[in-house]
Order: sequence, then C-alpha cells, then structure tokens
Amino acid sequence: MEYTILILILPFLSFLILGLADMRMKNGLAGAIGTASLAGVTLLSYLTAFQYFMRGRTAEGVFPTLMPYNFEWLPFTTQLHIDMGIMLDPISVMMLVVISTVSLMVHIYSFGYMKGEKGFQRYYAFLSLFTMSMLGIVVATNIFQMYVFWELVGVSSYLLIGFYYTKKEAIAASKKAFIVTRFADLGFLIGILIYGYYGQTFGFTPNFGPHGELASNTLPALALGLMFIGGAGKSAMFPLHIWLPDAMEGPTPVSALIHAATMVVAGVYLVARMFPLFIGYAPEVLHWIAYIGAFTAFYAASVACVQSDIKRVLAFSTISQIGFMMVALGVCTSTDPHEGGLGYMASLFHLFTHAMFKALLFLGAGCIIHAVHSNEMSAMGGLRKYMPVTHWTFLIACLAISGICPFSGFFSKDEILTACFRFSPAMGWIMTGIAAITAFYMFRLYYGIFWGAEPDRQLPANEGTHTAHTPHEAPLSMTFPLLFLAAVTCVAGFMPFGHLISSDGQSYTIQLDKQVAITSILIAIVSIALATWIYAGKKQPVADRLARTFQRMHTAAYHRFYMDEVWLFVTKKIIFRCISTPIAWWDRHVIDQFFNFTAWSTHAASDEIRDMQSGNVQQYSIWFLAGALLLTLLLLV
Amino acid sequence: MNILSLFIIIPLLMLAGLWASRSVNQVRGVMVTGASLLLALSVYLTAHYIGLRQAGATEEMLFTASTVWYAPLHICYSTGVDGISVAMLLLSSIIVFTGTFASWKLQPMTKEYFLWFTLLSMGVFGFFVSTDLFTMFMFYEVALIPMYLLIGIWGSGRKEYAAMKLTLMLMGGSAFLLIGILGIFYGAGGETMNLLEIARRHIPFEMQRIFFPLIFLGFGVLGALFPFHMWSPDGHASAPTAVSMLHAGVLMKLGGYGCFRVAMYLMPEGAAVWGDVFLILTTISVVYGAFSAVVQTDLKYINAYSSVSHCGLVLFALLMMTRTSCTGAILQMLSHGLMTALFFALIGMIYGRTHTRDVRLMGGLMKIMPFLAVGYVIAGLANLGLPGLSGFIAEMTVFVGSFQNNDTFHRVCTLVATTSIVVTAVYILRVVGRILYGNVKNPEHLKLTDASWDERVAVICLIACVAGLGLAPFWMSDLIGHSVEPIISHLVK
Repeated sequence: MEYTILILILPFLSFLILGLADMRMKNGLAGAIGTASLAGVTLLSYLTAFQYFMRGRTAEGVFPTLMPYNFEWLPFTTQLHIDMGIMLDPISVMMLVVISTVSLMVHIYSFGYMKGEKGFQRYYAFLSLFTMSMLGIVVATNIFQMYVFWELVGVSSYLLIGFYYTKKEAIAASKKAFIVTRFADLGFLIGILIYGYYGQTFGFTPNFGPHGELASNTLPALALGLMFIGGAGKSAMFPLHIWLPDAMEGPTPVSALIHAATMVVAGVYLVARMFPLFIGYAPEVLHWIAYIGAFTAFYAASVACVQSDIKRVLAFSTISQIGFMMVALGVCTSTDPHEGGLGYMASLFHLFTHAMFKALLFLGAGCIIHAVHSNEMSAMGGLRKYMPVTHWTFLIACLAISGICPFSGFFSKDEILTACFRFSPAMGWIMTGIAAITAFYMFRLYYGIFWGAEPDRQLPANEGTHTAHTPHEAPLSMTFPLLFLAAVTCVAGFMPFGHLISSDGQSYTIQLDKQVAITSILIAIVSIALATWIYAGKKQPVADRLARTFQRMHTAAYHRFYMDEVWLFVTKKIIFRCISTPIAWWDRHVIDQFFNFTAWSTHAASDEIRDMQSGNVQQYSIWFLAGALLLTLLLLV
Repeated sequence: MNILSLFIIIPLLMLAGLWASRSVNQVRGVMVTGASLLLALSVYLTAHYIGLRQAGATEEMLFTASTVWYAPLHICYSTGVDGISVAMLLLSSIIVFTGTFASWKLQPMTKEYFLWFTLLSMGVFGFFVSTDLFTMFMFYEVALIPMYLLIGIWGSGRKEYAAMKLTLMLMGGSAFLLIGILGIFYGAGGETMNLLEIARRHIPFEMQRIFFPLIFLGFGVLGALFPFHMWSPDGHASAPTAVSMLHAGVLMKLGGYGCFRVAMYLMPEGAAVWGDVFLILTTISVVYGAFSAVVQTDLKYINAYSSVSHCGLVLFALLMMTRTSCTGAILQMLSHGLMTALFFALIGMIYGRTHTRDVRLMGGLMKIMPFLAVGYVIAGLANLGLPGLSGFIAEMTVFVGSFQNNDTFHRVCTLVATTSIVVTAVYILRVVGRILYGNVKNPEHLKLTDASWDERVAVICLIACVAGLGLAPFWMSDLIGHSVEPIISHLVK
C-alpha cells in the first residue's frame, strides 16, 4: 500500500503551492487546488480503509499492523531516532477516514463561507497544512513523529485562529491557544524523554526491562502520565481547556474542522495509541484520566447551559464530549473487550460519530452566523422558516448528540455508558446525568436559534448602507456538506464498529445493553422535554425566573467559573510581573551595573594616579628621592 | 595549495579589491563576488568532505597542512577540518553572503564599512580552519577588533558605550584565553601548539584544573555565558544590521566552538571537575535569557536575550557530555546562527523603515510589508522550535542527548532547561501579535514599502537554509555526529 505516502504529500504540496503563490493566485483557483488535493486524499483514505479491512485478519484474528514507509529522519543514538513513516492499523485507518472526510467537507463549505474574504489563498494554504499535520499524527510510526506533527498541528491551529489578524480578540485567542497547548506539550516532551530513555525506543513497543524490576519502578507510569498532560492540553481537559472557547474567534469552518472534529481529539487518539501500555504499566493513571474526563465533561456541560454565543455553547459541548471519550478510555481495566476493555472501542466509536455530528453542528452554526451576522443567540430565533436545510440537519445533529435512537450518537454514547456501568455504577450514573445535561443544553440552543421570538431586524436608520434583510438559506456549497454529514450521522450508528476496532484487535460484536439504552433514551427525552417547556416559547418566563433565582450560579457559570481570570492572573501577574520583570531589572541594575562599576572604578583609579605622570621633572625627582629613601630605610631596618 | 587556505586568501583578495574600489558599485561588485566565491567554496568543501568520508577516510581531520610560522614557540600555521568546522564554515559563508545583501544600501563610508566587515569575516574563517592554538587565537582577535569600529562608527543609539563595553568584555575574555593557551602549551610539554597533537598527550590534572575554567570562561564570554552576557544586549542593539547578523550568527559560535574544541577536548579531566559549576551557569543562561526577553520592548533587546538563552543551550548541551547532546550543541549553533541572522536582518529592515524598534510603537505591519512580516513570523516559528524548521531538530537533539546523562543533577538541569521552550513561545508570540497583527498604530507607517530585491535575496536565502536544515536534518546530523565522536571518547574515558 505504497500509495499511502501520497496522503501526506498531496496536502503538503498544495500548502507549498498556495503558500508561495499567495495573493498572486486567483481565489477560485486557490480554493480549487486545495479542495482537489483534499479530494485526492479522501479518495486515497477510503481506498486505504477498504483495502486494509478487506485484506482480512492474521492467524491470531487481528488486523495486521502495516508499515509501508519508515525512514530514519533524525538520528540521536543507535536506539533512539525520529523516524518518519506511515503506520496502518485499525485506529489510524479509521482516523484517516474521519479526518479526510471532515476536512473535505470543510474545504467545500469554505468556498461559500469565505467567499470574498481577504486572504482566501492563505486560508486554504493553512487548511492544507493543518490537514497534512493531522494526518501525520494519526499515521505516526513512533511517538516522536507524533510529537513533530503534534506541534505542526498546534501551529496551524494558531495561524487559523488568528486568521482575522486585525481583530484584537483573534490575536489574543491564537496566542493563548498556542501557549496553553505548548505548556501542555512540555509535559508531553518530558514524557517522551523518559519513555525513550527507559523504553530504549521511541516506537510503540518499548522495552522497559524485566517486569520484576518494574514493580518498584514507577517511571513508565510517570512517562505515560506526562504524555497524557500533552493530550489533555490539545483535547482541552480541565484545567487546560481555557484556550478552546476563545479559539472560536477563528473562522467557523476552522472551528468545525480543528476545534470540534479532529485536532481536539488528538489527545484521545494519543491515549488510545498508547492504550496497551497504559493497561500494562499504568492502570492507575488510566483511572485518573477517567476522573479528569468525568469532571471536565460535567464542568463543560454546566457552563454550556448558560452561554449565549452559539459557538461558545458548541465549544463547551465539544469539551464535554471529549470528556466522555476520555472517561471511556479511562474506565478500561484490561484489553479484553468482554472483560473491562469495552471503553476503548466505545471511545473511538464516539470519536468517529462525534466528529461527524459536531462538524455538522458547527457548519450549521456557520450558516446561521452567515445569515444573521452575529454569534449571539439574541440575534436569532424563528430561523426555521428561513433556513429549512440548516434547520433539519441541525436538528438531526442535536438528536444525535443527545443520544436519541437511531442517530449515530446514540450507539456510541450507549457503549460508553455501558462501559462506565461496568466500571462502577457511580461512574455510570454520573455519566448518564451528564448525558442528560447534554440533551438539555443542545435543545436550549436549538430552540433559541430556530424557534422562539424573532428579533427585531429593523436596524436604526442612521446605520447607513447596511440595510436590514431577512435571513436566507446558504448556497449549495455550504448546504451540501450539511446534507452529507447529516446522512452520515443517520447511518453511522449501524456500522459494525466493533468488528473493525476493539481493544484486543479481535472482532467484537456490539450488543446493546437494553437497560442502559432505555434509561439513557428516557433521560434524554425528559431533558429535551424540559428544554422544550423552558425555551420553545416566544417568551421564556421559566428561564428568566431560574436565572434570577440562582443569579450567583448563573453569573459564575456564564463567566465559565472564572477559569480565564485564573489564567490571566498566572500569565500577567505571576510570569510577567513576578518573574520576568524582576529578572530584567536585576539584569539591568545589578549585573550590568556591576560591570559598569568595574569600568568606572578602573577609570576613577587611573584618574587618581594620573597626576603622577605629570611630565614634571622636579616632581619625578622628589618621588625618586622619596622612594630611594624609603628603600634605604627598609634595608637598614 | 591547501583548499582551506582559500578561506583566508579570498577575504584578503577582497580586502585588496575593496581598497582599490572607486565607487559604491565597485565595492558591491567586489563584495558579491567574494561572498559568492566563499559560499561556493564552502559548499564545495562540504560536498568534498562528505565524499571523502564516504570513501572511507578515517582521520580525525581532513585537509590537514602545516607550515612553521614561529619556530621558537612551535607556532605553526596549521589547518584542518572535521565535520564540526565544515558546518561552521558553511554557516559563516552563508551569513557573510546574506549580510552583504542586508547592508546593500549602507551609508556613509560604504567602502570602509565593508573593509572592516571583510576583515572580521577573515578572522572568523581563519579561526574555524586553524588547528594551531596560537593561530586560532590570532584569528580570534582579528575577528573581535573590527567589531569595535563597526559598532562605534556605523551603529545606532548609545553606540560608543556599547562598542566599548563589548570590546572590553571580550578582551577580558581573551586575556583569560591567552593565559589558558600558554598553560595548555606548557602543560603538554611545551613542544607543540597543534590541537591534535596536544590531544594525544596528557596535561597534568593539576594544570587542567587551573586552566580549564580560564579557557571555558574566555570562550564562554563570547558564548554569552551568564553572568558575562551583558555585552550582548547592548552590543546587538547598537550594531548595524549586518554586524548583528554576523555577530550573533557566527561570532557567538566561536565561543561554543572554542569551549568544545579547546577547553573540553584538551582538558577532559578539568571538564569533569568544573562541569557542574558551569552547567549551573548555563542552565541559568537558558532560562534567565528567555524570561528577560519576555518584558523587553526593543526588538533587538528581545533577540539579544533570546540569543543568550539559545547560546546558553549550546554550552549547556556541551556540558552534558554525551555524544547526542554535543551533536545537538553543534546543530544548535548552526540553527541559532541561521535563524538569529534572519531575525536581525528583518529587524534591521523594519527599523530602516519605521525608524523605531519599540514594539509599543508599531502595529499592523503585516498589512504594510507582508513580505517582511511573513519572514518575521517564520523566523519566530523557527525560534520557538517549530518542526520543519531548524530550531526544532537542534533543540530536540539537545534535550534527548541531555537526557542520556542519567545523573540526577544533570536530569534536573535538563528539566529546568526544557521549560525555556514555553517561555520562548511567550515572547515570540507577544512580539508577533504586537507589531505584525492588529491595526496600524502609526499612520505614518502606511506609506512604507515592502522589501526591495536585495533584502529579499538575504531573507529568502536564510529562510531556505533554516527550512532546509529543518526538513532534512539527517545529513547534517551525520556529518556532525561522526566528528563529535573522537572528542567525546576523549571526555568519557
């Protein structure tokens, strides 16, 4: 399957072409080049997936791990070197399909969304760069290659968040996203260093020495834990999630691609990739991941309930859903899917379905923003009449994320809940509760956008040429991706996911746990009903009363429980004021002045003795005589 | 004639040519011809060197030659190169070439400026090709003195002060060096000044203990070792563009190169005794430089402190004394040389237009001068270690190499040093966000133009090198790794 190398080369080439040509190229052509290369990548990914899964299993009943390409890129020592290559195994092939599909949809969608935007070429160049890096992560043959592309993904995210570079918020958001994830990556890097040193390789099958030695040796667990910090940064786990809501400053298709479907699940992918090692060396770390994931899921869901910016709601919902995936991985206790390894499959299944319906939600939100020129829910309401396609597809996605049968989210979430219940009933009920909150805030969003009272669209007359207009449906380039993704969301649940991917690689048949399924559907329906009761009407007395009664909590949640203030405090006050400023002061006023003082004292001393070199013969003779006298005296005594 | 001597003869011819020039165009002609010749020569040398190695040449240094110069003290003019010096020669010629273009429109006294500039380059090339301690020292001095005039005459701001400070501190360093060199000479029996021969002898431990810190400090001053880095911010801030480029790009590398080739190679036992002390200082350099850069407001100060941090990493990696970390140190010298030169070139070009380097007074330059702005972003990304550009491979080699040293103290230093990658991101992105993005702060800036062709040549050349090294690191890493081997085996024994 040598052609897989093209999956990386094509987007890289289009990045180079678009980046070098930049403004000199026509908008349409630039978009066409980017989209064409992505279409090529998508076809190749499907072909790869088809061929890979059709090749059949090995004698042990698992899909073989193929490595069509691997070459030494940067040698360090005989054992340690960064290789660049392509590795195909069930999860990487699945990710190829996910990433290329969503990316292609976003490429097509952007034709309409970014039309007439300045920097169209740059936009497509960055999209290509991003896609290349993201694909690089998933096909990485070793942890260091993953890190290389991991960083590239971070930079493309930085560039795309800051795409509107004259906007102050966008600049701040891009900077924040990069620095927070960089901080997390420091953990990742140190984890890699420990892993490489003690495991004697950067590959995925390290040799941590004989097991007896390891009983007292916590280093592999430490390495894996540190790597998870990197994953938590990218995947926006609490408290490193703070960059993601701000990242919504980027163009909406970018949010759909990077900050909903692909890049933010890189952390989940990382844990999944290292899963056998987690089970083998660090089961307790895995449980911590579950607790962090559960807390994040809850935190983000509760914040999402009160946000008024639709992209923010979706951002928090993304954080919450990634929390679900992390929990699913974290509750695993073995690699056998029948015995506590179910979460692995469930997590990746949810990753797959979530990517599709969340991209759909974001792209739908993009259409809405395009139509009403605002992110705020107050500017929306009653849009279902004007935008039927967006409305129906958005509804499908909402039902999917709420876990309503037969949409895809139901199947994957159900597996997660089953895995949680197998771990402990408490975890199961907590996650079911969070799933209920999910349904509630999604339908709050849905009603706020498509139902309710229409806002007054009569702009004040003095606002000049920008006359009011009624919202209208987006062009085909934007609705086609919606329809496509909606179709995927409708059918993806029925695919035999367990046959393709499971924790031990053996074929696993998904059985719905009826009890869990019925409970979760019932709870979701109750939540939706509740949301309907509160938010569907033209006036919302219940919502207002609730907000008034729990004003404190409402405000706190609206301000995301002040996590951003903490971040500002750390950066502005601690790093800037308490570390950097004193160091710079010390440098200028102590060290520098010390050298200046040395220079000055030399100067002063020579000033003092300068008078002795007067050129005056009488003075010299006095000094001479005095000296001679002194010497004689000394000799005599 | 030895091919290496060409590295000294070409600059000499250039000096003569410049002397004879009657107009600015002739000066430029001489400079471009000479710089291109040097570049071609160093590329040829690299190719030839790799060819010879692949053909099975096993000597430690190739192209060796020696002529007695002053017999009573056994001073010879001896030359020879290994992978490390080849890499450094390549770097120097790239910087000289691009520096020529970066000072294309320099006024006044263009001819005199280029005379000193060429003399400085000659010193640098001479230093890297020499294998004789005394000759090396002589070229070192040749490279330092012109700096005083270049900054003092063509500089900006407090140029006299900065020039004097720089010269005094570096001269202080050379005083240490001279004593150290004499110490080595007599310690090794007083019969030869040749590095390779001294390396085969054994210098008594007592002498190593005394002279190692002298040499390391002497070169360390040039490598911006904390707390002797103070010349760097002031010096860089006042120096004209091409001089900053040459200084940060090449001259500071003389420090790291000297520490490795003279101090550590010849006095391994001294290195073992003093290693920990200097390791603390270099670790401080790395973190301290990065944090200092965060609050600076002058573009050149930011870069000067960033250089302190990155050059600190060079010495840091050397002191880790593993094969990989030392390879990383050399890679870091290369990478830092290229990207800092790029940075200073761009800052000079921006300063030439806006007449300010204060980040608070600029904004929205991306709209006004997209070419320079994009170049600046690329330089910044290289600086903060983006994979695909040179900074990443150098830093990763350094960190992985340092981690191979499994002593707890070294581990702790490594962990402290890795934090610099986060702080680097902070100060780079702060500047990029301030001056390139956003809205134009000063309406006057709207009239400014983007890069001219000579500036584009310099910038594109450097970006190509930074990306080339970052995308295909394996051959450079191989080239250097093999040459590090003999020095390291000396150390560990």
